[in-house]
Amino acid sequence: MDFSFSEDIELLREGVRKFVQEEVEQAAMEIEEKNEIPERIFEMTKDMGLFGLSIPEEYGGLGLDMVGKCAIYEELGKTHNGFTTLVGAHTGIGSVGIVELGTEAQKQKYLPKMATGEWIGAFALTEPSAGSNAANMKTRAEKKGDKYIINGSKHYITNGLDGHVFTVMAVTDPEKGAKGITSFIVEKDFPGFEVGAVEEKMGLRGSHSVELFFDDMEVPEENVLGEEGQGYVNALKILANGRAGLAARNLGSCEKLLEHCMDYVFEREQFGKPIFEQQVIQHKLADITMEIEALRALTYRVAWMTDQKQRVVKEAAVAKLFGSEVYNRVADAAVQIHGGIGYMKEYPIERYYRDARITTIYEGTSEIQRNIIASQLKREVKKSTKAGVK
Amino acid sequence: MNIFVIMKRTFDTEEKIAVNDEQIEEEGAEFIINPYDEYAVEEAINLREEHGGEVTVVTVGEEESEKQLRNALAMGADKAVLINTEDDLEDGDQFTTVKILEAFFEEKEVGIILAGNVAIDEASGQVGPRLAERLDIPYVTTITSINVDGKTVQIERDVEGDVEKVETYLPLLVTCQQGLNEPRYPSLPGIMKAKKKPLEELELDDLDLEEDDVEAKTKTVDIFLPPEKEAGKVLEGEVDDQVTELVALLRNEAKVL
Repeated sequence: MDFSFSEDIELLREGVRKFVQEEVEQAAMEIEEKNEIPERIFEMTKDMGLFGLSIPEEYGGLGLDMVGKCAIYEELGKTHNGFTTLVGAHTGIGSVGIVELGTEAQKQKYLPKMATGEWIGAFALTEPSAGSNAANMKTRAEKKGDKYIINGSKHYITNGLDGHVFTVMAVTDPEKGAKGITSFIVEKDFPGFEVGAVEEKMGLRGSHSVELFFDDMEVPEENVLGEEGQGYVNALKILANGRAGLAARNLGSCEKLLEHCMDYVFEREQFGKPIFEQQVIQHKLADITMEIEALRALTYRVAWMTDQKQRVVKEAAVAKLFGSEVYNRVADAAVQIHGGIGYMKEYPIERYYRDARITTIYEGTSEIQRNIIASQLKREVKKSTKAGVK
Repeated sequence: MNIFVIMKRTFDTEEKIAVNDEQIEEEGAEFIINPYDEYAVEEAINLREEHGGEVTVVTVGEEESEKQLRNALAMGADKAVLINTEDDLEDGDQFTTVKILEAFFEEKEVGIILAGNVAIDEASGQVGPRLAERLDIPYVTTITSINVDGKTVQIERDVEGDVEKVETYLPLLVTCQQGLNEPRYPSLPGIMKAKKKPLEELELDDLDLEEDDVEAKTKTVDIFLPPEKEAGKVLEGEVDDQVTELVALLRNEAKVL
């Protein structure tokens, strides 16, 4: 058993850490106030090659394995989560579909420009009537000659405003339910594609979630991603692939919060001594540390298992679930430790508190993760007993 | 054009620095490329992009300096040379470094050498100019802009806040000042590529130098941190009294009047 990172990963991580701390972190307040990632930071992120994390080297990316990707995500988690989300959604759900399921021609066409960040990727599954029950989607794709005509809408689409390339799920055969859904690669310039309102959120400022409208949108048949009728399975696969990464991002944010807490508890004095001297504070810090250590171990084990091509359906769901719930607990404790100032906008703690909240909801709610874990448990029992459990 | 950068590994002065036994505590200190040398690396890469050629980064140091050289390679330099004095030298000063670099450059065909204006550790600012003297080439310090056209070089340099325009010619040594450029972050692909770029390691022997040839000409007697700042004094009372007291303090305590 070896818990160390390769030299490559250590070096990449260090490079990202420096960039994040010196540039992105300095712009965090600006991102929060203006609700956008400054152009300068966006350009530097491109130059750094961060948009190419998960795209294979032959298409101009870095082709990192899951452990490597998680190490980078952990660093990205240590700053404004809106920025983290821009890179995370692009390198995760926004491009993984094409990497894993795309034809050679699709990869050649899309991945090089996505690797540089010239084209930003997004993933469009959710609809007003299709959240956790994704198969209940209404967006319809009808084949007409060598094209599909898509009608319908999506909402809460991360990176939607800045996105160029969308992995869109639509119903091709309403009779077949979940098996009648197909995934498509949609470009923002396709006729009939329209970006709706930018949704106002509680947090994740700088990351724009939008409505998308498809009005007789024409999609060439070569833009079907994977097989027709496999769209639902594809969506689940793409989401499953992102779970370790989400855990890693949350891990980074928790570590950053602990860092803020450690600075504060020695500086802030009450009752004539630094608040660190209060055992109640020490215990809170110990609990935060315990959760962080557990999350780190879990995250990298799932990442490692993924790289070993092991089945990680249950473990990845555990990591996503645990990571997001730990993040919420840690953010809550961090606000409490900071007291009044933890609630103030001039200080970053309340921002993490708001940003943490979405993590138990997006990319599969905590409830869905528990369902996945339970169904995997059932599957294991069935396999081992081969009887009794239906 | 053969572009060389002479650079140095230094501790990060933005981190906490501890002095122990008249030495700066290495344990726990963060080490970086001297920031002024980073301007030099960035400008070297820009010059190569404009005029072609090859960028070689050179450092006189110890095994650990490899990391900063790799960093420069990750930024985009082509080759690195580490002149490792770890086994040969206890101590060195600017004379030592210049002597070693002079030997290194003896056989090299130099287009331009870029250095930092000063290193943030000891801030002598000597190595660049002294090396140029030894190599018998012109040098310009504290440059904030450089334009190479054939053999002619137009330079702007910072003179205590003013700008001086200088025309000179290649081969040339320049030392780089803040404002020259904004050093790039090593890109992630750059970091991956840096591992495969050539890094040559030399010792004094390889440069036909003996320890005696490079023996330091100066001795560091003591190193200490500046005294900690004391809390300021707030004067109270009538303004006239405050002024009188202030003048008295400036005269008797601060002794500046």
